[in-house]
Amino acid sequence: MLLLKGNGLYKTRKFKKPIYIGDPINAVKIFSEKEVDEIALLDIDASLKKTIPNYQLIEDIASECFVPLTYGGGVSSIEQFKTVLSLGVEKIAINSALFLDNNLVEESASIFGKQSIVASIDVRKRFWTYSAYTHGGKVRVKMSLSQVLDNLKSKQIGEILLNSIDNDGTMEGYDLDLIEKVSSNATVPVTACGGCSDINNFRDALKHGASAVAAGSLFVFKGSRNAVLINYPSQSMLNESVFSTL
Amino acid sequence: MYPDVTIVDLGCSNLRSIQKILNRVGSSAFVTSDPQEISTAKKLVLPGVGSFDHAVKQLKQNHLLDSLNYSVLKRKVPILGICLGAQLMSQLSDEGSESGLGWFDFKTISFQTNTFNTLKVPHMGWQEIQIKRKSNLFNNTQDGTRFYFLHSFHFSNDKLDDITATTNYGYNFPVAFERDNIFGVQFHPEKSGRNGIRFMENFTKI
Repeated sequence: MLLLKGNGLYKTRKFKKPIYIGDPINAVKIFSEKEVDEIALLDIDASLKKTIPNYQLIEDIASECFVPLTYGGGVSSIEQFKTVLSLGVEKIAINSALFLDNNLVEESASIFGKQSIVASIDVRKRFWTYSAYTHGGKVRVKMSLSQVLDNLKSKQIGEILLNSIDNDGTMEGYDLDLIEKVSSNATVPVTACGGCSDINNFRDALKHGASAVAAGSLFVFKGSRNAVLINYPSQSMLNESVFSTL
Repeated sequence: MYPDVTIVDLGCSNLRSIQKILNRVGSSAFVTSDPQEISTAKKLVLPGVGSFDHAVKQLKQNHLLDSLNYSVLKRKVPILGICLGAQLMSQLSDEGSESGLGWFDFKTISFQTNTFNTLKVPHMGWQEIQIKRKSNLFNNTQDGTRFYFLHSFHFSNDKLDDITATTNYGYNFPVAFERDNIFGVQFHPEKSGRNGIRFMENFTKI
């Protein structure tokens, strides 16, 4: 899970305090060579500033990427959806536009297939209940998380990308209750994100119903002082510590 | 340098990734929806992100059916269908009501989720494949190699002799088939890291 802000790669904590990591094109090149399973690239400024996707940057990044790539941020029309896919992106994550009164999802699904649409859901705990947020955690969706999940069931989406705002960047582990709640209420695969500190956390999230797991800080920071270092576990390490134990 | 590869533009596909990977393995690749260029192509790729009916309509609107049939069935030009591109080579798809190219007898069907309740669709992610018979596209590729999948429909199982590989997601189903100069795969070699690069290199050498 990589976050874009302007032309740079950043990592947030609780969706705030973005720390500069480096050049996104170079980072994606390294991750692609390390054979990561997938890369998700989210522009955390696009919806907030109501800008269109940064096509040139997406194209430059996609050119270095021989593994599956998801892009999210500022996609609000079918033309934008089509343009981003044509740049070498497999899936588009939609967040703010999910809650607008439009048929972007239905229209995109009828042309590109629902497997190309990821519903990105950002969740924060508020007075002991979970709520979904848009615009980078700044705008609360005015319905309960259960209602949001129910509405998603009738939408033509291929996947849910579930972000815990509270756990983002904390490296204190995934929000397992949240993962369980969302996975048990979803008919599509749920990718869990937010809080992962080591690969043993993957196993926990998968055991609580996630179909896939994502991490940000884990793959860009190293050591107790959080020095920037792009890293990724080997397939054999993942097999040994995660998949063989499920 | 290997012969140029012509990538058929269906208006809705992830063409750039395929062009990039072909360049990476030393082929020049260009994208077209011009029937004339497809009729004279040396090697073809029919890519695939999108929905079945939309893609068939694109083929018809651009008058590509005749030129594809001519190049593939008469001139015997090697063609690789990827994901939806391979599904288009079937007779029909559960995804829509249009007829496919019909080069193979199989149909494109939905995942049988009612018998396997826990199966989440679309099937997405890396999956090991089982190689069923020798294929030049799987040269230097071991049984159990991982490829990337992203699909809601798959090839039906009925024409067994054309099947070169299968995978298991809930149950076994075919993921690669070939007959003479026609090849189709359900996975995305252009997004399967080094395994995909090797696969595409094998295709350029055919």
